[in-house]
Amino acid sequence: MSFVLWGSAAFLVLLVLAILLYILANGWESLSWEFLTQPPRDQMTKGGISTPLVGTIQLVIVSISFALPVGVATGLFFAEYSSGGIFTNGLRLAIRCLAGVPSVVFGLFGLSLFVVLMKFGSCLLSAGLTLACLALPLIVTASEQAFLAVPKEYRDGSYALGATKWQTIYKVVLPAAMPTIVTGAILSIGRVAGETAPIIFTGAAFFTPGFATSLFDEVMALPYHILVLATAGTHITETRPIQYGTVLVLLVLVLGVSFVGVYLRNRFRKTSRV
Amino acid sequence: MKNDKIPAIIIQTISSLGILVMVFILFFLIKEGIPVLSETTIGDLLGGRYWYPTEEPPVFGMLPLLLGSISVTLLSSLLALPVSLLVAIFVAEVAPNWMHDVMKPVLELLGFFPSIILGFLGMVLIAPRLQETFMLITGLNMLNASILLGIMVIPIVSSLAEEALSSVPRELRDASYALGATRWETIVKVVVPYALPGIQSGALLGIMRGMGETMVVLMVAGGAAIIPVSIFDPVRPLTSTIAAEMGETPVGSSHYHALFFAGLLLLIITLAINLASIWIEKRGRLERS
Repeated sequence: MSFVLWGSAAFLVLLVLAILLYILANGWESLSWEFLTQPPRDQMTKGGISTPLVGTIQLVIVSISFALPVGVATGLFFAEYSSGGIFTNGLRLAIRCLAGVPSVVFGLFGLSLFVVLMKFGSCLLSAGLTLACLALPLIVTASEQAFLAVPKEYRDGSYALGATKWQTIYKVVLPAAMPTIVTGAILSIGRVAGETAPIIFTGAAFFTPGFATSLFDEVMALPYHILVLATAGTHITETRPIQYGTVLVLLVLVLGVSFVGVYLRNRFRKTSRV
Repeated sequence: MKNDKIPAIIIQTISSLGILVMVFILFFLIKEGIPVLSETTIGDLLGGRYWYPTEEPPVFGMLPLLLGSISVTLLSSLLALPVSLLVAIFVAEVAPNWMHDVMKPVLELLGFFPSIILGFLGMVLIAPRLQETFMLITGLNMLNASILLGIMVIPIVSSLAEEALSSVPRELRDASYALGATRWETIVKVVVPYALPGIQSGALLGIMRGMGETMVVLMVAGGAAIIPVSIFDPVRPLTSTIAAEMGETPVGSSHYHALFFAGLLLLIITLAINLASIWIEKRGRLERS
């Protein structure tokens, strides 16, 4: 029977390796310094992916700028201020439900609230805010765990010296929890960078002549670039090498960021076991 | 001590944004989705077999979309859940330590894969193979989408199931061995049943993720709004319908409202599965303590 178990594990490992090797093999030839620094040309059959790359980075910055403060505050509330009453339970349920909302529903929400109702239009801000809502549950969970992991002795020592609750949180608990919180943020960055559905109707554009210079400009983005080149473009077969190259760049970006996060998380887990 | 209340109030206020976002999502989907009911009845909407939103007058039958979502989710779960459980049992019970250090990163890595990349692979790699092997008109169909969705779902279900299995107390295993059971008997008759609520709740979360996945099905499921009869039929789940059609729909038109209603339907289904998973987890914990 253990043959079946070993077999399924081996199957999974081989599957993942095969996927990685396939993408690497097909995307490698498109990679070059020009590919990363030049914008697309000639109806995207030539040139590079600088505009989508920068667009993805901008989306990440905007979304994390909103999600991080709110997420950390919520995690702090759960860890330090909550009294287990109806507000806490309701908030927990809401965060848990948010974590399960399909990404395209976030897109609909962003469209109706940010693009239409608040009249931001389809832009970096709308897409970033939509992605922030998506990232929120991840950051809340990571923050709460980070705060709970701070040893009780740290707080006791602070109170013994006469500090108030907020002083203790601000000067002792928050700095101690910060590495883990940053790790959670890094993992969310990986998630946000790879999302397509929330940005399709809230800010992503098929083509922009330059980088977005204001929050109200539209942006190109790596995942959306892959989508349009592969399904909606006018030169699907000619741009195939560029599609593979974009896939490789996005994969390296997401996996690179995520594994930095995992490495940091494992390191902090070890050092906090003092 | 008045000073210390102000940070508490600020923190609590900022935290309530979480509830606000969730409530607003429901509110906006309902607000923009309900108007479609002025054009068609809910029976026609949910049970209608034809989805022709751009005709004059538009026909909004969501049954093919719904069945598309359900069939893809079901087939992918059929493929992924057994594999996930086997992998979880392997990691929790059978794997030596060095294998842990291989399996955990592999599962995490698979979990980090953006869905658009898996969808792309389905288009360029799996579709042509399916087309050749089974002599099909197109390789973009339910089976293709289910395979990829299954791959996406495996890390989620595996890690949750593995957590559930690992938290089975040692004493139960020891007692089983003391009674003369083999390792496999212990796993099947003691460990898995004890971990069942966690495993079930993990499986439900995987199913929920499958229902809500957009990019994979958009690129690979075929896009034909028909009621599927075979696994080689192209389908058009709710998610890809919304993603594909919203871009070309005028804001405020009946098509717009119909798509929001589809989103509402999707949200209600995934929320229901999520709540079911929470309930099973809670009930399991109560029984254990």
